[in-house]
Amino acid sequence: MTTVAPTIAIRLDNVAVRFPGHPVPRTLLFDAAIERGRITAVTGASGSGKSTLLNLVAGFETPDAGRVSILGADATPIPPALRPVSVIFQEHNLFAHLDIATNIGLGISPALTLDGNDRARIEQALEDVGLAGFERRLPPTLSGGERQRVALARALVRRRPILLLDEPFAALDPGLRQEMGDLLAALQAKEASTILLVTHHADDVRRLADRVLFLDDGRVALHEEAEAFLRRSEPAVVARFLGAMSKGA
Amino acid sequence: MPAARDRRLTRTLGVAGILGIALFVGAAILALALAATGEGPAAGAGAGAGATSGVFDAPVFDAYVFDAYVWRVARFTLIQAGLSTLLSIAFAIPVALALARRRRFPGRIWIIRLMALPLGLPALVAALGIVGIWGRQGVVNDVFALLDLDRPVAIYGLAGILVAHVFFNMPLAVRLLLSGLERIPGEYWLVSANLGLSGLSLFRFIAWPVIRGLLSGIAGLIFMLCATSFTLVLTLGGGPAASTLEVAIYQALRFDFDPPRAIALSALQIAVTAVLLLVLRWMTPPATEGFTTGRPVRRFDGRSRSAILADGLVIALAALFVAAPLASVLVSGLASDLAKLASDAQVHRALVTSLGIAAVSAALSVALATVMLTTRQILLSQRRPGRFAHLFSGSVAAGTSLVLLVPPVVIGAGWFLLLRPFGDVARFAPAVVTLINTLMALPFVTRVLATAIATHAARTGRLTTSLGISGWSRIVLIDWPGLRRPLLMALSFAAALSLGDLGAVALFGSQDTVTLPYLLYSRMGSYRTTDAAGLALLLGIVCVALTILGTARENLRERAS
Repeated sequence: MTTVAPTIAIRLDNVAVRFPGHPVPRTLLFDAAIERGRITAVTGASGSGKSTLLNLVAGFETPDAGRVSILGADATPIPPALRPVSVIFQEHNLFAHLDIATNIGLGISPALTLDGNDRARIEQALEDVGLAGFERRLPPTLSGGERQRVALARALVRRRPILLLDEPFAALDPGLRQEMGDLLAALQAKEASTILLVTHHADDVRRLADRVLFLDDGRVALHEEAEAFLRRSEPAVVARFLGAMSKGA
Repeated sequence: MPAARDRRLTRTLGVAGILGIALFVGAAILALALAATGEGPAAGAGAGAGATSGVFDAPVFDAYVFDAYVWRVARFTLIQAGLSTLLSIAFAIPVALALARRRRFPGRIWIIRLMALPLGLPALVAALGIVGIWGRQGVVNDVFALLDLDRPVAIYGLAGILVAHVFFNMPLAVRLLLSGLERIPGEYWLVSANLGLSGLSLFRFIAWPVIRGLLSGIAGLIFMLCATSFTLVLTLGGGPAASTLEVAIYQALRFDFDPPRAIALSALQIAVTAVLLLVLRWMTPPATEGFTTGRPVRRFDGRSRSAILADGLVIALAALFVAAPLASVLVSGLASDLAKLASDAQVHRALVTSLGIAAVSAALSVALATVMLTTRQILLSQRRPGRFAHLFSGSVAAGTSLVLLVPPVVIGAGWFLLLRPFGDVARFAPAVVTLINTLMALPFVTRVLATAIATHAARTGRLTTSLGISGWSRIVLIDWPGLRRPLLMALSFAAALSLGDLGAVALFGSQDTVTLPYLLYSRMGSYRTTDAAGLALLLGIVCVALTILGTARENLRERAS
């Protein structure tokens, strides 16, 4: 048993996930310790295992070997809902047929038993993400960016110390990406939460990340400070990844 | 071929399809209306030859025909249809929820295939199987007899009709509900797991809204099917006390030689179903098409032992209820003299006739539905759908359900009258039966294809247009791969439906046009029960084979990729 340093939020101890059914059987193997209170970008090429890593932390994926510990406790037997994490996906974070207040309210009480205090929190959270007064709107009447901000508001009311974001800006246009990113950074500064941000955009890394976890073919290839990562010209996979940014920027 | 020309061609075909349907049914109704007023072709009916010529004599139409008997039949029709719908759906919801929640267990695919069988199974065959299980000498009563009870389950009458309708429609509702539940975006389950939604909350916030959205449509379909149920009521109703409008129409035409009463019953039936259709159209909310990211569905709920047990129990119960009559058909069929049947020339001819009619009518109904639905899609996706678009859209909805409104027996009777002046009616039987079967399959085919085509268009429409993919390459590259599954499903439904149909052929059947169900019915009637059991098995196997063919190919592909 390793003792976990208090600065470590998430530890992946030689976690293996096997995909036997794919064209070629594959095994992803992760070994990493993610610092508390910082934004770590999880990045790498498509199929490098970014989402799988996130799913392991969220509890959507069960390791075939190894151990996932969150905030010092073994997370293996803990169901997704009881883990100290909130998850935001690229899309479908909101139930389309339920209004915004209900969608956020489910973050406070999964059976939707809300009192006046809870409603005040929903109101406050919406204000925090710049959507005051949106309570009765339905998700399809909102823009993609607004929907993602509602998802963020729900994460706020849940008050979980770890926030997992799976390509949360991928469906947004550049202006909105920027806006969402700023909002995320501001909220992180305020709540001091640990954020794991899966992204395939080098831009997000530059703008938001303190640390970078670079995956290549199901392995952690690099895990370092974002600044150091962004200065890299090797290995080739990283150079290629960063090159896409300089062209885009 | 540019996309614009594609659209024009589709549009022309779509409009032609609607007009064809309207013409076919309209002519039948017109013929009946003229016969009722005594001015039409039926005026000379008495001079005609043939088995049913006497049916249309004495075309006197009076108020007396709406007598107590007619009203009682109408009331019973509605009551049994309402009860059948209620029971089918109440049974189907837990089954669909359980199957949606249990995404992986050995035999799941077989249970879902089993749920597809009743719809493909000829009503006549099912009726035999249901009697084998629930009848006086059936398995259920055998069990009660072991408990020293005196065979308490009486199948003939309302109970039998309800059991048979639930046997047919519960699995239908399960499949429709399940496919709706499986369209829920995968993220919903992940988000719910993350938020910690309980089973009750999942039902309330995720499953129920989907079910509620589908419910009125499914209930409407089932109610319609039960309100126009013919074969099951004919064989299991057991007498005039439990007769529906359709059976009463048939009896009025074929046994009582009372066309005015038949016409009164038809009018009543059309009025009832017309009201129902209107109510349903008003009730059914427009389907909103969710954009899915195609994320594989993974669920984290229902992992407790009691939930697994409950789901298992519900699924097992449904499977048993559906499988038992099928097993009964199989067992008694195998006990019959199959070798003798296999060398029976009459059986050979019936098989060829049935297969021919089924193939043509299935292809026709799927083609019609596809063309009309695509046309509607094209018209309604215009920036400002005009009046024509809305008119057409309404016509498609009405046209495809027209056969529910106007029973096959009525259409058959109308065409019988129309074709008499052109010689022996039996000559036209294959064509008329084929067309009626096509119409009968349309409501199913449309229901299967409508959402699929809408989803497919939402997924690929703009992309395909912007890439300039059109004509044949569009069909091969985009539409066929995307729509293959629902198209095959629809085709198999339609073929099986036609193969097992007795209603259309009942009026037209003669020495020259004998389909398998017609042969089966006549052998049942002449008390050649072992022949009947053997034929039922044969018919059942042909239909089941068709259904499996439609789904199995898809699974092979999936495994290969």
